[in-house]
Order: sequence, then C-alpha cells, then structure tokens
Amino acid sequence: MSVTAGAHERIEVEVTVNGVPRAAEVPPRRLLSDFLRHDLRLTGTHVGCEHGVCGACTILLDGAPIRSCLAFAVSVHGRELTTVEGLAADDGTLHPVQAAFQDQHGLQCGYCTPGFVMSACGFLAETTEPDDDEIREGMSGNLCRCTGYAGILAAVKQAAGDLRASGADPRSQHQPEDDAFAGRPGGEHGPAGGDGGGEVPS
Amino acid sequence: MTTRSVGAPVARSEDPRLLRGEGRYLDDLGHDAFQIAMVRSPHAHARVLDIDVSGALEVEGLIAIHTFEDLPPRLQEPLPLLLPHPSLTAGRTQHLLADGEVNHVGEAVVMVTATDRYAAEDAAERILVEYDPLPAVVGPERARAAEHAVHDDVPDNVAAHLEQSIGDAPAAIGAAPNRLRFRLDIERSASTPMEGRGTYARWDGDDERVRLHTSTQAPTSVRAAVAAFLGLQLAQVECIAPDIGGGFGVKIMHPWPEEILVPWAARELGHDVKFTEDRREHFVSANHERAQVHWIDVGFDDDGRVLGLDVEFIHDHGAYIPYGLIVPIITSTQLIGPYKLENYRVVFDSVYTNTTPVSPYRGAGRPQGCFAMERTIDRIAAHLGKDRTEVRSVNFLQPEEMPYDFGLTFQDGRPLRYDSGDFPASLEKLKQLVDWDGFEERRAAAEAEGRLLGIGLATYVEGTGVGPYEGGHVLIEPGGTVQVSTGLSTQGQGHQTVFAQIVADELGVDLADVRVVTGDTRRFPYAVGTFASRAAVMSGNAIHLAARRVREKALRIASEALEVDAEDLELADGQARVVGSPDTAIDLKVVATLSNPLRYAFDESARIATQFANPGKEGQPPVTDDDEPGLEATDYYSPMSSTFANGMHAVEVSVDPDTSDIEVVRYAVVHDCGPLLNPRIVQGQVLGGVAQGVGGALYERMAYDEHGQLQNASFMDFLMPYATEVPSVDIDHLETPSPLNPLGIKGAGEAGVIPGAAAIAAAIEDATGVVIDAMPISPSQLHEQRLTTAQDRPGDTT
Ligand code: FES
Ligand code: FES
Repeated sequence: MSVTAGAHERIEVEVTVNGVPRAAEVPPRRLLSDFLRHDLRLTGTHVGCEHGVCGACTILLDGAPIRSCLAFAVSVHGRELTTVEGLAADDGTLHPVQAAFQDQHGLQCGYCTPGFVMSACGFLAETTEPDDDEIREGMSGNLCRCTGYAGILAAVKQAAGDLRASGADPRSQHQPEDDAFAGRPGGEHGPAGGDGGGEVPS
Repeated sequence: MTTRSVGAPVARSEDPRLLRGEGRYLDDLGHDAFQIAMVRSPHAHARVLDIDVSGALEVEGLIAIHTFEDLPPRLQEPLPLLLPHPSLTAGRTQHLLADGEVNHVGEAVVMVTATDRYAAEDAAERILVEYDPLPAVVGPERARAAEHAVHDDVPDNVAAHLEQSIGDAPAAIGAAPNRLRFRLDIERSASTPMEGRGTYARWDGDDERVRLHTSTQAPTSVRAAVAAFLGLQLAQVECIAPDIGGGFGVKIMHPWPEEILVPWAARELGHDVKFTEDRREHFVSANHERAQVHWIDVGFDDDGRVLGLDVEFIHDHGAYIPYGLIVPIITSTQLIGPYKLENYRVVFDSVYTNTTPVSPYRGAGRPQGCFAMERTIDRIAAHLGKDRTEVRSVNFLQPEEMPYDFGLTFQDGRPLRYDSGDFPASLEKLKQLVDWDGFEERRAAAEAEGRLLGIGLATYVEGTGVGPYEGGHVLIEPGGTVQVSTGLSTQGQGHQTVFAQIVADELGVDLADVRVVTGDTRRFPYAVGTFASRAAVMSGNAIHLAARRVREKALRIASEALEVDAEDLELADGQARVVGSPDTAIDLKVVATLSNPLRYAFDESARIATQFANPGKEGQPPVTDDDEPGLEATDYYSPMSSTFANGMHAVEVSVDPDTSDIEVVRYAVVHDCGPLLNPRIVQGQVLGGVAQGVGGALYERMAYDEHGQLQNASFMDFLMPYATEVPSVDIDHLETPSPLNPLGIKGAGEAGVIPGAAAIAAAIEDATGVVIDAMPISPSQLHEQRLTTAQDRPGDTT
C-alpha cells in the first residue's frame, strides 16, 4: 500500500480478484463495493442498501462471504477476492450453483442474484450436506423482493447435491471438463433440466 | 420437428447472463458520468426561506449546483398530472426542485452535480437551506379533519371525491334482516425493489440527440416527457430501460424529477450525467401506496347473502397526486371480488398528507379492496355462525353468468365486465388443497401441543391486461435470427423467454434463434407500459399477431419460390416445407433473403436465394404496392376491455399463546390466469407475490411519526421478509381461458400479493378469537389486542 501525499489522499490498493491481480488508486473512504463496481468495473456485484442488510453485495474474501458495502477498499489490500464474475468457466458454462439457480427458477430480476450465488458458494463450502432448515437459515442473510425464495432454496439444495457429486470446491471457478457438468447449456437457451416447480425445502 | 414451447416450463433465456454477473443495470452504465446528489427536505412541511451554497463551492469535484431559480421556465413547471379524472378537482403535482415550499421529507430542493457521487454528497452536505417549518398533516384522518392544509389552496386537503353505485345500497341495507357496521384499516407500504431508481443521460452535441437509460416501467412515456420538457423533437430522444432490478409498480411513475433533470443537466454541461439513488432516498422520495381507512355498512340475509354493501373510504395519496385516482378507483371496483353484488355504493375521498406521494404498488388498491370485502364476508359468517366458505359460496357469481357487467366503471374508463372464471370450482380446489374440512382436527392437535392454530381464506378478482394497446415487431433476418421487440420494459418477469416461446411456435423456429428486446424506443417507439399485470396479455398477443403476419408472408414467398400452394406448406425446424413431403423445403433465412429484392451475395443464403430468384411479375415493380421488402411485420393488440383473472388463498397460522408470535404454517393458492404460457414463470410470479403479501400482512409498514418523519427508512427497520419469514406455498391452477384475446390468457403479475393481508388476518382471528380489523399486525400489537379482548370478555381465558 503506497500513500500519495496531498489534500485528496489516494491510496494504491492491490488485490487479487478472481485469480487476477488488480490495482487502483482510491481515496481511503472508497467502499469495497464501489471499488469493485466502478474502479475495477466488475459490476456483477450489486448494491441494494449499502448498510449491510440486503446481502446483494456479497463477495468472498479469502474464501469467506462478506458484504462488500461494509468494507473499505483499502482494508482488503493484498487479499484474495471472488466475485460472481469469477464462477463460470472460461467458455461461459455456468458454475453448478449458477446452473441450479437457472434450473430452479431462483431468479427473476436478477438484482439480488449475485449476492445469493456468492452466499450460497460460501455456505456450501462450509456445509456440504445441508438439510432444508439449514439451507433456509444459510440463505437468510440475503433479501430478494421478486422470487419469494422458493426457487432460491431449491437451487441451493440442487447445487449441494451436484457439488457433492463432483467434489468441486464451490468457491472456485467452474472447470467443465473436470466433472459431470460439461456441456450444460448454461450459455444459451434450453431446457437446462429442472421442472420449474422445483422441490422446495420446507 | 420443433416442439411446441408455449405451455412448457422452459428455462429462462435471460438467466445465464444475469447469473454470470453480466447484467447491465442502470448503475452499471456510465462509469465516467458526472453524478447527481440531491439536497432533500428534512421537513415534512416547510417554506424554503434561503439556500446558501457558498460552503459547497470549494468541494473538489463539484461541477454545478442548481436550485429551482436556476432552472429555465419550462423546467419550473410542475410535473404533469398523468391521469386526469373529472372528479380530481384539486390535483397538485410536484416541481422538479422545490419552489419555495416542501411537502414531504425527501422532496428534492437542490441538485448537485459532481465528478462522482462521493463528491456530490460532500457538496450537498455543505449546502445550507433555511426552512420555516409548517404543521405537518400525517395520516388520512388528520388530513380529512383539515386542521391544517398541505397545500394552501386546497384547504380541505381533498383532491377528489368520487362515488359509484349499483342499485340502491342504503335502501337494501335498511331493509335487510341483518346489518353490521365496522371500520377497516390498511397502513402504508411500498414496492421497495432491490434496485432503486436511476437515470443516466448522454447528450450527443454532434447529433443533437439525447440517449437516456432509466430504470423505468414506462420508457416510451419517459421519452415523450423528456422531449416535452427539454423542447426536443421526439426523434432527438432515445429512451432505453436497461436490466431493471425489480419494479413492482414504483417505476411506473414517470417522469420522476430526476428523469427530466438528468438529461437536461447532460445537455447543459455537455457531459454524461447519472443519478443513482441510495436506499434512504428510495424510502423517502420514491412513491408509496396502500394507506386507506374504510367504513363498511353491510346488510345480509340469514344465509349470509349480501343484500347491500356501502363502503366509504379515505385514500391517503401523500403530498402530490401525479398518478391520479387509479389506486382508489381500483379499490372501489375490485373490492367486489367474485361476488354478485346488486346493491353497492362506494365513496372515497383522496386526500393530501405531508408524506411521500402515492402511485401503484403491485396490487394497486386491490389488497385494500380484498381486505375490505373478505373481512366483511368473514364478519357475516361469524355473525351467523356459518362456515366461511359457505357464505362465500352463496354470494359467488356463477360461471354461466359470464360475461357479467356490474354497471361500474373500471380503471381503464371502460365498464367493469368479468369475462371468465369459475369461482365455485376454484373454491372447491382450494378446499381440497388446504384440506379445509380436516382443519378442526389439526386445530385440536395443535391445541394439545399448546399452540393456537387458525385458518383463513380470501378470494379476489383482478382486472388485468388493461388497454389501450401494446405493439410487437417480428423480423426474420437473412442470417436466420428472429428479432422481436415490444415497447414495454421488463423487471424480471421473463418476457424475453415467454415472448420468444410465442414467436418460436408461430414461426416453427428454435427458441435459441429468437432474440427479444423490450423497453428500447430505438426498437419500438409505441408502448403503454408494464403495469396492471398487462405485459404478457398485451405484448404477448401483439407479438403473436405480428409473428402470424410474418408467418403468412413467409408462406407466400415460399410458395412462390417452391411453386406450391401456401396451404400445402408448414413452418417447422426453421424451414417452410411441404406438409407430408418435408424434403421439398426452403430455409426461412433464404425466404428472408428472398423478401428483399436487393441482395448481394454476402452469404450462403443469398447464394441459395439466387436459385429461386423470381424475376418479378410482368408489368409490376420489384416491390408491389401491397408489399414491403423484408420478412417482418408489426402488429398491435388493443382489447375492448380488461380481462379478469381470479384466485383464492388459504392460510394456516400458528400463534404462540404466551408471546403472540405469529407463524404462517401453511399457504395454499388456487389461481386462474387462463392458459399458462410458461408454468415455471407464472409460478414464480405467484410465489413472489405471496412473499410480498406475507410481508405486507406481518412485517412491512411505513412508520411515520406525527411530524411526518419516516422512522424506518432503511432495510434495518422496514422489515422485508427473508427466506426464514416466507412459508412454503402449495399452488394449483384453474385455466379458464379469456375469450378476449387470441392466446386466451389473463395477467398473473400481481395476483400473489392481493389476498395476503385478508387471508392472514382471517387466520389470526380464527386462531385467537380477536377481531382483526387493521393490517399489518405485529406480535406485540396482537398481544395487546388479545389482552384487551380478554378484559372485555371476563371469563374468556384465551
Ligand atoms: S448493499 Fe451491502 S448488504 Fe445491502
Ligand atoms: S430476483 Fe429480483 S430481487 Fe431477487
């Protein structure tokens, strides 16, 4: 971290985002969410409240979910960040959590979705065999105004099973050739499985 | 063979990009734009005496400061009254920036433009506005009492007074063997989409055009408003709704002051300008809804048949009334629900208060109307000691009476005429789904465990697919891609998928080859907007009609090329081919190429097309009088009247006898929106609506104090349900098609939310024996009421 002198102090922040080293000079008060969105132009991370309640801004910091609207960019200097942009395979094939959200109709407007997806990745890394109550509890830090949550809970349940089957770490980028998900039509239209109704944990 | 996709639970084509973080919502655009921050009124009612900006001038990054005085004359005019009505005799709308007076906390007073939002907020903080506070009018009854006026020239605070009636309700009630009178309240709430409002404008000085992106449910109307305020021709304004993070009604309001100020500032400053509101701004300056007080007077016979119903209510529309009387008119007319009322009178006053203005929030007056009607039916049942489903049954309009004209005027200015529905069948389905008849056993079992269990139900009818029209454009490109556009915008309803399904079926093409664009005036300049559960009905049918025209044209061109009768051809698998001998076929992309007499051999289709090249008919020009180049068509759908969807919800709640904690343990929905275009998407709409209904019943309220300060303007304090608060929902569908449109569909967008408060109130009442006449209700409120009720009924130990 190097400090530039002057009335409008700017500080160089270096981080690794989705495996890529990134740096920008920002004022000390720049929120991490703004840093990601506007300085690094990774706009997949959304903000819904900027007071730590809605979870839309959830990212992984060294593998653990945090609310990026509650952290200053300068406070994560030197750390590893994962955002929603870092999950799908290089060819765009969806990560098992993302694929499950599509299969189970876990999103409508999609605004809360990156936060839910990141929360789910963090949750499933910790809890590999969650029951329905644990899923509900695990997803209860994020707000969604569109879906009524049923599809989200069903998606997390599906993803838990899929990840167990593949053995992949939910926090890392999807590697299609490594598992049974290769060829999933994540990049295009198509009947990506699921019956739309989904099995909803109660 | 291409399989039919309408009716199938097709996965959404919009999902992959949204899931990968590739969505483009408003604040994802314009990273280099100047940003706006508003100085907003901290007072509910005050005169603005002085504005001192000197302290802000030193802020690094400041670009400009504008007050009302700094605006050109056209921008000093108040916002339009969007929906005038003869009864709306004292309509007042806000100014873009306050003109000497503020009428609610959050009203914009000064606009600050800076290089980024941080700097803009720094400058805004340093601007000193001197106010002379005035008494605040808060709540519908204080407004009606008119001790103080919100607007000096409207001393009684009443913007409109409207009465509608069928038959003679007062006489029928007077003559009825039974009569009940009571009051019912619903508090204020709001849409609160996860993405707030936002507008981004680019002024192109070379082209003299403005391109506006705005998070709106009505892009074509915003475009027209911007052109009018900025003195531009329509052709100079483009308006695009990018990805939108939810609307639920609040984004149908237009133009917001910022939607005019941002493009104006962009032109003035010669630089991109953006406004992205924060959550607190959304709470205080984006519109609310719901607050109404109702007085019911009902007469009925010994079977529970309603003989006369008289409803008076006050509608609190906040500080201004830009959206007219839509919400109270909907309450007035949709209150009737599935019942055959022959003597009904409804009267309302729409009143000013010093609170955030009101425009529709999902349901738009229907949740209040449903609450009024369904609580009334429950009171009648309680009074007569009858089963609540029985009293509903005796009042139902019967399926053979459809279409049924009530003799009232609906929100679209047309007669309130139900087109379809089978209410007895829906009720039967609901009773099965929730096991209504088995409830007393469950109640007894719960009681044995020390829990109070209650069941309730509520029914509604919802006018959907409101006119006047929507349009659709369908084009098959020579490359084979099918381009579809419609003017209204999308906020998560899956239009891209559903409209593609409609087109794919009509044209026999693969879903993946269909691209749908909504809400972009560059693509489709005519539209009404996304509200009143109308998008699927209106744009769906318009696109269907446009696709049918393209189909006809494709068949005509193919029949000329293949030299077979058009009747012998079908469209399937991306080809026009002879029925029964699919080897005689021509690709649609070749047909598209053939549709344009000018073709260079740029690609394979063009080369193939030359084999079919028709030299044109003798004595006729290459494009005949009744033809146009291109394989495309535009069509519009404009119905005579709205189509009426309906539904019924049943809820079981468990109340803790010690803490009065309320838990929804079972939620069942029967829903009739006609044939389902995509069951997965309809189900998603219903589930999302139910969550909002539960929120509105148990958690969400705009808590104003008597000074007009919103006490809970954050997600910390305005309690939107998380996953832990939303019950699992069982859904069953009845599909009675609407005779009014080619697809037979009815709207589904708002249905889920409408009966929530009514059904949950009924269940709580059933569990506790406490009469629930105001919603939302918290455990502490319920506890208080239970204590009071117990006091009033000594010996009752509940
Ligand atoms: S934006 Fe960070 S929690 Fe809401
Ligand atoms: S999908 Fe819209 S807020 Fe969750």
